[in-house]
Amino acid sequence: MAPKDYSPRAAADTAAPVLELRGISKSFPGVKALSDVALELRPGEVTALIGENGAGKSTLVKILTGIYQPDEGEIRVDGEPMRFATATAAADAGVTAIHQETVLFDELSVGENIFLGHAPHTRLGLMDWARMNREATAILDRVGARIDPTIPLRELGIANKHLVAIARALSVEARVVVMDEPTAALSQKEIEELYELVERLKAEGKAILFISHKFDEVFRIADRYTVFRDGEMVGAGRLDETSEDRLVELMVGRSVDQIFPQRHPVLGGEVLKVVGYSHPTEFADINFTLRKGEILGFYGLVGAGRSEFMQALFGVTRPSKGAIRIDGKVAVIRSPTEAIAQGIVYVPEDRGKQGAITALPIFQNVTLPSLDRTSRSGFLRMAEEFRLAREYTQRLDLRAASLDQDVGNLSGGNQQKVVIAKWLATKPKVIILDEPTKGIDVGSKAAVHEFMAELAAEGLSVIMVSSEIPEILGMSDRVIVMREGRMAAEYDRADLTPETLVRAAAGLEEAA
Amino acid sequence: MIAKFLKSREAILLAAVIALILLVETRFAGFAAPSNLAGVFNDTSILIILALGQMAVILTKCIDLSLASNLALTGMVVAMINATAPGVPVIALIALAIGMGVVMGMFNGILVWKLDIPPIVVTLGTLTIYRGVIFLISDGAWINAHEMSGGFKAFPRAEFLGLPVLSWIALLIVGLFVVLIGRTGLGRAFYAVGGNPHAAVYTGISVGFTRFMAFTIAGGLAGLCGYLWVSRYAVAYVDVAGGFELDVVAACVIGGISIAGGIGTVGGAVLGALFLGVIKNALPVAGISPFWQLAISGAAIIIAVAFNARGERSKGRVILKSAEHAQ
Repeated sequence: MAPKDYSPRAAADTAAPVLELRGISKSFPGVKALSDVALELRPGEVTALIGENGAGKSTLVKILTGIYQPDEGEIRVDGEPMRFATATAAADAGVTAIHQETVLFDELSVGENIFLGHAPHTRLGLMDWARMNREATAILDRVGARIDPTIPLRELGIANKHLVAIARALSVEARVVVMDEPTAALSQKEIEELYELVERLKAEGKAILFISHKFDEVFRIADRYTVFRDGEMVGAGRLDETSEDRLVELMVGRSVDQIFPQRHPVLGGEVLKVVGYSHPTEFADINFTLRKGEILGFYGLVGAGRSEFMQALFGVTRPSKGAIRIDGKVAVIRSPTEAIAQGIVYVPEDRGKQGAITALPIFQNVTLPSLDRTSRSGFLRMAEEFRLAREYTQRLDLRAASLDQDVGNLSGGNQQKVVIAKWLATKPKVIILDEPTKGIDVGSKAAVHEFMAELAAEGLSVIMVSSEIPEILGMSDRVIVMREGRMAAEYDRADLTPETLVRAAAGLEEAA
Repeated sequence: MIAKFLKSREAILLAAVIALILLVETRFAGFAAPSNLAGVFNDTSILIILALGQMAVILTKCIDLSLASNLALTGMVVAMINATAPGVPVIALIALAIGMGVVMGMFNGILVWKLDIPPIVVTLGTLTIYRGVIFLISDGAWINAHEMSGGFKAFPRAEFLGLPVLSWIALLIVGLFVVLIGRTGLGRAFYAVGGNPHAAVYTGISVGFTRFMAFTIAGGLAGLCGYLWVSRYAVAYVDVAGGFELDVVAACVIGGISIAGGIGTVGGAVLGALFLGVIKNALPVAGISPFWQLAISGAAIIIAVAFNARGERSKGRVILKSAEHAQ
């Protein structure tokens, strides 16, 4: 007998769970990703997993599919404790996952994708193509897809690729299907087809874990829900016994227990005005003004088009329409170089990939966009470079043995400081911080917030893209919410509650 | 400063080169004599110059396999001009050689930059094209020493302060590279582009243009070497420097220039070239078959890459750990 009842409140349990998680915890250095969470999946039922970005959903999926090992807790399949030591072990136990972006092979045929790793063989040990294609056709029929198994996968659209992924899941006799935001990249029509497929899988008795941000689809297809917040399970039950309001409340929680710096913003004149910025596929009709000394928050779900808009504003991509004014003057930004020259700088979300150059020492990272200021008649002056780097890294309280140290050897928080120092050294007017505290520890977070407040007080205008509600509420003077590439709402800080933010981002009606 | 140097890859390589020289000296007294070492350096000069050009390209995460073909084509062109019009001054031929090399390098660079074709494919293509053009313009004929003017052949051999001009040119290029790599924005951009192309874009550095410049510089140096090669060896033919592009890449790799881009020093490239140069000069003296030389340079490459891979892997782990936080 289990010493503690972890199971969600079971009202009318029809069948025994196929898969149970009990007391699962998982930590990464500096971050507790999951803390004592439980989950039960029953055959023929769809369980929705709901939570903000960073609530621990992805970590859970990785534990379910054998990519991560939990630090504590147990996984039971049909009541038997199991260890998913590898992805293969999870697959053998009947758990398969369909990811947001399909993990399939574009250059292989549809049939090969479905049977990769367990393809039928002839007696001589050769691939039995005829049988493979026959069985692939049969499985594709089951998921309602009319796809020729011999064509290469790359010729399929994303919706059909999803179907292939699902067919693959069925080919290994999956009993548990994990769908990680499967509708994120689909059109409305494709979403409808996916819903039908989920119904069919349900009818076949599969247990389905459906991860989603979207309330309408959760209520449409799920039977049960589990809500995660900050790595903890905060609620679970049957969807017909709850309401949207209750779920929003669970997701957001009541208290915002982080401390943010006290700010007394004195806003100056208009620094940046964006009018009708649009992109053919990523975002449309973005309008706002940014004042001197202001912190403007951009909130939205992952994939709402915030970063894409910021990249266009910084000149990495080009808008198809729209204009910007900087200090009242019309400005054209066609490349990051022009953006930097106009005083707009961007600290990207993915530091490892887009931010720091890890093989270069700290001081060279800091001076990279300011080399014209540290050189004389075309030649760099190292003393000047060190002086500039020292000035800005000291302001950010960067802890490093020496400015000569390679950035790759610094912690995440310190790498972030190097990237910010690099941009401050260009003396910008507007700094765009994309998820500035993502993936850094709590102490460094507070330091970044403190610093952001200081910058604003000194008259720098800050655009902060963040998916963390406390951060948005704690730091912003004004907040723009984006949804599906458009501005969904704009709020003054005073008018804002966590609930309004979540509702605007998810596209729900305002509560009465 | 000194402590840091002693731990660096360059120090290890320098020690290896010195050890190699001393080893040969124990068998053949006189190998380590200054005059002989100067000869070894002179023999290695062209390799050093090309290795520096290749280094610029590799730093930006590209590779130029066409350098030796570029060298052979410019060499053939200047040799043909000299044979038909001996009156053209050598300095004009050198300028022409550099100019031709620059154009061929720019062609590589444009294809990589504007058409976004992988550099290995581009330069594999131009390697064949440039080599093919030599045959077309020369009809496969050789240009031998007696067809070349005296001045044409004498220039790289002329002695100046005890060293041949060829050696002085190599030293000059090394000096220019120290400045280019260490003291200019372009040099810094090479590292940024190769170290993290995405971040370079976000920093306002044009990745394509930086690579174009690297190819152009490498091409210009290959052109210069075209003249130096045919005048020094006093012969031009279709297969001049055939396979030499691999020696150049080998010198870079042995010198610790990361094939993945963004890591490497001028000193490393020079020492890598010298290491190969010493082997090439020592083995014939020792009466060892030139095929052993190939095996030894091959082994040196693998050892060097294994070294590099180890150095880079430990760095990667640190990054991954912090990346995991993001989950």
